[in-house]
Amino acid sequence: MQQATNSAAEFAVEMRRVTKRFGDFTANDKIDFQVRRGEVHALLGENGAGKSTLMNQLYGLYPPTSGDIFINGEKVHLASPKNAIDRGVGMVHQHFMLVQPFTVTENIMLGRESAGALGILNEAHALREVEALSSRYGLSVDPRARIQDISVAMQQRVEILKCLYRGAEILILDEPTAVLTPQEIEFLGTIIHNLTAEGKTVVIITHKLREIKKMAERCTVIRRGIKVGTVDVASRSESDLAEMMVGRAVSFAVEKNPARSGDTILSLKGVHALNNRGLPALNGIEFDVKRGEILAVAGIDGNGQSELVEVLTGLRPIESGSVYFRGDDITRYSPGRRIEMGLAAIPEDRQKRGLVGAFTVAENLILEQRADRPFSRRGVLDLKAIKRHANKLIERFDIRPPRETYLASSLSGGNQQKVILAREITRNPELLIASQPTRGLDVGAIEYVHKRLVQVRDEGKGVLLVSLDLDETLYLADRIVVIYEGKIVSVLDREEADERKLGLLMAGGEAVHV
Amino acid sequence: MSNVKRGVLSASPIFRTLFSVFTGLLVGALVLFISGYSPLKAYRVIIDGIFSKPSYISYTIIYATPLIMTGLSVAFAFKTGLFNIGAEGQFIMGALGAALAGAFVSLPPVIHAIFAATAGIAAAALWGGIAGYLKARFGVNEVIATIMLNWTALYLNNYIVNLPGIKRPAATATAFILDSARTEVLPLWKISEAGKLWRAAHPVWQDILRTPLNVGILVALIGAVLCWWLLNRTTLGYELRAVGHNLDCAEHVGIDINARMICSMAIAGGLAGAAGAFHVLGWTRQAAELAAMEGLGFDGIGVALIGNASPIGCIPAGLLFGALKYGGSKLQFALRAPIEVINIVIGSIIFFVSMPKLTQIVAQRLKRRRLGRGEPHVG
Repeated sequence: MQQATNSAAEFAVEMRRVTKRFGDFTANDKIDFQVRRGEVHALLGENGAGKSTLMNQLYGLYPPTSGDIFINGEKVHLASPKNAIDRGVGMVHQHFMLVQPFTVTENIMLGRESAGALGILNEAHALREVEALSSRYGLSVDPRARIQDISVAMQQRVEILKCLYRGAEILILDEPTAVLTPQEIEFLGTIIHNLTAEGKTVVIITHKLREIKKMAERCTVIRRGIKVGTVDVASRSESDLAEMMVGRAVSFAVEKNPARSGDTILSLKGVHALNNRGLPALNGIEFDVKRGEILAVAGIDGNGQSELVEVLTGLRPIESGSVYFRGDDITRYSPGRRIEMGLAAIPEDRQKRGLVGAFTVAENLILEQRADRPFSRRGVLDLKAIKRHANKLIERFDIRPPRETYLASSLSGGNQQKVILAREITRNPELLIASQPTRGLDVGAIEYVHKRLVQVRDEGKGVLLVSLDLDETLYLADRIVVIYEGKIVSVLDREEADERKLGLLMAGGEAVHV
Repeated sequence: MSNVKRGVLSASPIFRTLFSVFTGLLVGALVLFISGYSPLKAYRVIIDGIFSKPSYISYTIIYATPLIMTGLSVAFAFKTGLFNIGAEGQFIMGALGAALAGAFVSLPPVIHAIFAATAGIAAAALWGGIAGYLKARFGVNEVIATIMLNWTALYLNNYIVNLPGIKRPAATATAFILDSARTEVLPLWKISEAGKLWRAAHPVWQDILRTPLNVGILVALIGAVLCWWLLNRTTLGYELRAVGHNLDCAEHVGIDINARMICSMAIAGGLAGAAGAFHVLGWTRQAAELAAMEGLGFDGIGVALIGNASPIGCIPAGLLFGALKYGGSKLQFALRAPIEVINIVIGSIIFFVSMPKLTQIVAQRLKRRRLGRGEPHVG
């Protein structure tokens, strides 16, 4: 009891020996986790290490198998997120939970509608409150805007507002920077600073070291469900933290030899295509990818990258222009035919296009090779061969948990990505299109993916990298094309490019001033 | 460890189904009781009506045969992400196709039966395929398309049945199928002198052969295994399931999703068509003018639900459904109780099957109580 009162003074959150098991899999193993009031605390760990699991318990999504949770020194039993919210805990998930056609205010009110007589919504009141909160924390959110019309970064700020509106004192942000551009990440940093200045406590779940260094004061590292330690961020370097997280030394820059590019493997000529709303998305795209090089497409999200990849994989019709692959005009080829010709693609949305969530890992690993030997003989699946293949790739790509019978939907994002990567690379394609291949991955996994992409390049295949992450682009690319409003505005050799120059070109060239 | 296992068991679809069947029967008992009948007596009548004579068991199987097959049709489509409400219409087309091929083509026995069955299945596969094509080509929801095709099938059937040359004189049905196309067990021998003599010496068979026992049940059983095999052990089944679970991903990895949707609906149609075909070839010997839908196709939806949309699960589900329908039909005669009670029982079973959350809660309660009893030892 005494101890509890003591910690009330210091800790906003204390989790003691929290263990969470799912079946025979232990996601959290006797984890002690303490967050001081008013601090920014980072929860660091690889994908599948158990960070989100730990925080989901603090948010009342599921109860611990054993162990206790204290909020402001008081032992709590959180049966649902509602309990957690009542205790002042708010969580912003990786996937936002917003109603697209609703306005910002309507979304924030949802579930907490303040209604007057006859149950008429008192929206004006909520609107004022949202406006006040937004300006107080410097969120610059327009409470009247519709969710479908605002950027992802803005949507994230709406989620933060939603927590604040519900009286959150402790904010958990799950991978908040995964979807943001460098400028937006900086802005988020300012917001987090404003929050703690007003006495809020912030927990950031992340695996991005640079942001921890920038934003957090203390950091707790979890590896494979076990706590490695809690450290002051200022006292550790990025590579120290990376080593704690992964359990071995990690190199950030990709080691690679100069490209030995060969003949052209992919060529686009004046490609025009429409987006889902029927508006022009690609306006005469032209570029070549050569064998033995990584060509990166740099650009701000929404400038036609998604449509470009869909045009290349055959999922989106071309209005005019043509695509040549290995010398053939493949403009009208079906996706299946392109795959047979040696085109592989890591899609940007792994849940939507990359995996069949209800299939096992083993089944997901043969999606393109379902009809090929040895997995299929005369149309009959060879389950043993499929299983062998899966176990081989699980080991080689370190997919966790290492069970080929697990459903893909039960894996963490990073491990899902590994499944896709394993599948696409081991098919030994002629051209690999990698669309945001490391989005949401941790340093260990990113290092791995990057090495693999370089390896594919070194084998004399073509690699087309579409990334929103400038660091990644600069690490990996041999040549860079900048896409802006559906046009290629610049083609650069790696040596000519730097962050500043690319940033300018991505924003529409010199017209937008420095 | 044993706890984990028990947890798995109590959450399993088998537990859910058994629990639902039990609860459904309980609801039926309540309804009977409220209406002033003794539930015990009523269920006694039903059980006797199913098991007390070999011929009753035979009839139960005959009733269950088309239900298993239409259940398979719905379950198969469901496993591939499609909702086949059209089993009814496909059943009609299968029956019509088999009746025509059985009556107006002459072939040697066995071959004729196979030919007639194939004709029915093909007609129904085409019927299902139309719905698949409409979805693939024009994005028409298969639920809408199959509902409309049910009516189209009904009226097409009535039109063809009444055409001169096809219609049997003094009946609103097609000419009877030729004996060579019949799939009943030894239909001619059992009424021949030799057959009658043999039957007199074998009382059990005597009773069974009074019923139109036919090979349909074998076809249904083999069909269920084939469906399971196709879905889980072949590349085609893998593709169909991939399309069902994640259309976008299936498209991305180069599966021709339009072709697969048509294929899936055609297979589902063929399965419901087999139900219709063997219903005609094994029992009714004709396709009759229909005043309304018979409902064997719609019942397939219930069978598939009770069977957890698994092909193998459709076998016990179809047998249960058939048993309740056949055994329940005796309520009226024995107790003057309305046979609608049986529909209430079946409806309740489906209702409870569709509420997995409820069974989960019940399973947890049961588990907790069991664990609770053990607690004094622990404490």
